[in-house]
Amino acid sequence: MDLSLSTRTVGDRTVVEVGGEIDVYTAPKLREQLVELVNDGSYHLVVDMERVDFLDSTGLGVLVGGLKRVRAHEGSLRLVCNQERILKIFRITGLTKVFPIHTSVDEAVAATD
Amino acid sequence: MATVELRFSALPEHVRTARLVAAAVARRAGVDEAVLDEVRLAVGEACSRAVGLHEIHGITAPVRVVLVEDEKQFSIEVGDEVPGPGGAAAGGADAEGVGENDAEGEDEMGLAVISGLVDDVEVTSGETGGRIRMSWPAHPAPVLP
Repeated sequence: MDLSLSTRTVGDRTVVEVGGEIDVYTAPKLREQLVELVNDGSYHLVVDMERVDFLDSTGLGVLVGGLKRVRAHEGSLRLVCNQERILKIFRITGLTKVFPIHTSVDEAVAATD
Repeated sequence: MATVELRFSALPEHVRTARLVAAAVARRAGVDEAVLDEVRLAVGEACSRAVGLHEIHGITAPVRVVLVEDEKQFSIEVGDEVPGPGGAAAGGADAEGVGENDAEGEDEMGLAVISGLVDDVEVTSGETGGRIRMSWPAHPAPVLP
């Protein structure tokens, strides 16, 4: 299973829908996508992880890197995830305090700080 | 004591194979279904770390994974061939240092995930390389007549 990525714009937010496995092999693809979006001026990102089957620390590193990039432009990076096995990884690494995690794309798009 | 051994070239694309093999052997060994996700993740982390260490140090030798099925436990040992203290003992976890293209940071985060997931884990390093040993309780199904 490879990684699938698609993006769409909702208002001033860019939703990145991720599917498949984010690991040491596929994470560079996600990194490139996030870097490209920020370089093109999309600073408010919503990463939809509902179709992600697997996430490891390499993937977490890429998401933290994305957060650093958007923050440099006073942007935001929100996650959408309801899957317990994915949420668990954010919990044990303490990253639930770093990322706003939403239960739906609608909720994430509507959210303001 | 049944053993499955896997050796793979230190390439990121093979880490998934190691995860799949480990999960299959763990299931066979009688590891709880609920714990299989943890096994998969922990093995992936250990293998990603080993692949990274081999890449950084230009080591062409393969990464070695040994899966051992005992009566009461299932254990996995992931070995790299990077001699010395290795990355395992270097520095403390520093959230600020964790970022993209930060090999040390990702290494730390990988170990953080492993120690958060696995109760019985041992990280050692010696002259011939480092190894991460992890184990889980297993209850093999009774052999049918």
